[in-house]
Amino acid sequence: MLVRYRGGEGMVAWAFHRISGVAIWAFVVLHVVDIFLVGAAPDAYDTLLVIYATPIGIVLEWLLGAAVLYHALNGLRIIVIDFWPALSRYHRQMWYLNWAIFAAVGLPVTWVIFGQFARSMGWWPR
Amino acid sequence: MTGRYSRSGRVKPHSGGFELTVWYLMRLSGIALFVLVLTHYLIMHVLYDPAEQDSLWVTVRWSSTFWRAFDWTMLMLVLFHAFMGMRTIVSDYTKGGARTLILSGLYLVALGLFVIGTLVVMTLPVSRVVPGA
Repeated sequence: MLVRYRGGEGMVAWAFHRISGVAIWAFVVLHVVDIFLVGAAPDAYDTLLVIYATPIGIVLEWLLGAAVLYHALNGLRIIVIDFWPALSRYHRQMWYLNWAIFAAVGLPVTWVIFGQFARSMGWWPR
Repeated sequence: MTGRYSRSGRVKPHSGGFELTVWYLMRLSGIALFVLVLTHYLIMHVLYDPAEQDSLWVTVRWSSTFWRAFDWTMLMLVLFHAFMGMRTIVSDYTKGGARTLILSGLYLVALGLFVIGTLVVMTLPVSRVVPGA
């Protein structure tokens, strides 16, 4: 198990923070360019949206949301620990709290995103 | 670092000056982005269906000065946060000439995104289409 490694939860939290951060950075680069196309070449933007709307695109959109939510929650945890070092005793509990919030927010969002997709494919009635 | 201290963020620089300022600004921009980016994702991917958002949709959305300002503020903060974060990561894994080269490339990309992002926010014509018509 990943958490059995001697780094424990703190190390996994750190690794996930980096991985999600790099993934979000990559999307930001793409996203600024695609929005630039709205002004420079609207047809190219609309063509790109067709790719975003493919099943792979939807899964990536969903993963982006997961990466953003994890990075946001864990980022707050980092800030809490940095500014109230005494709370670092509870860094593990805060990390599990992050995952509880992640699931509580993520599950309904997952339902909506894949629901929208199913409707756009005509699998579900609108 | 002492005892059972464990964290996933960058250790607060003791040197002061520029590095300490960046350290604080990463946290400050992080808090702002927590609100702005999660709101942005919620609106664009949950409240509205991305399948309906073509270039016209974006143009109509940007008839509102509020959303242009919101998006540009988010863009500035995200460029700072994302590229300073990448700078930390690149600095952790590279040294010497390779580091200088990769960081220079990174800053160039950041500058390019700043220019094209600001350009489109400032210059996209206001839509003459009435929403919903």
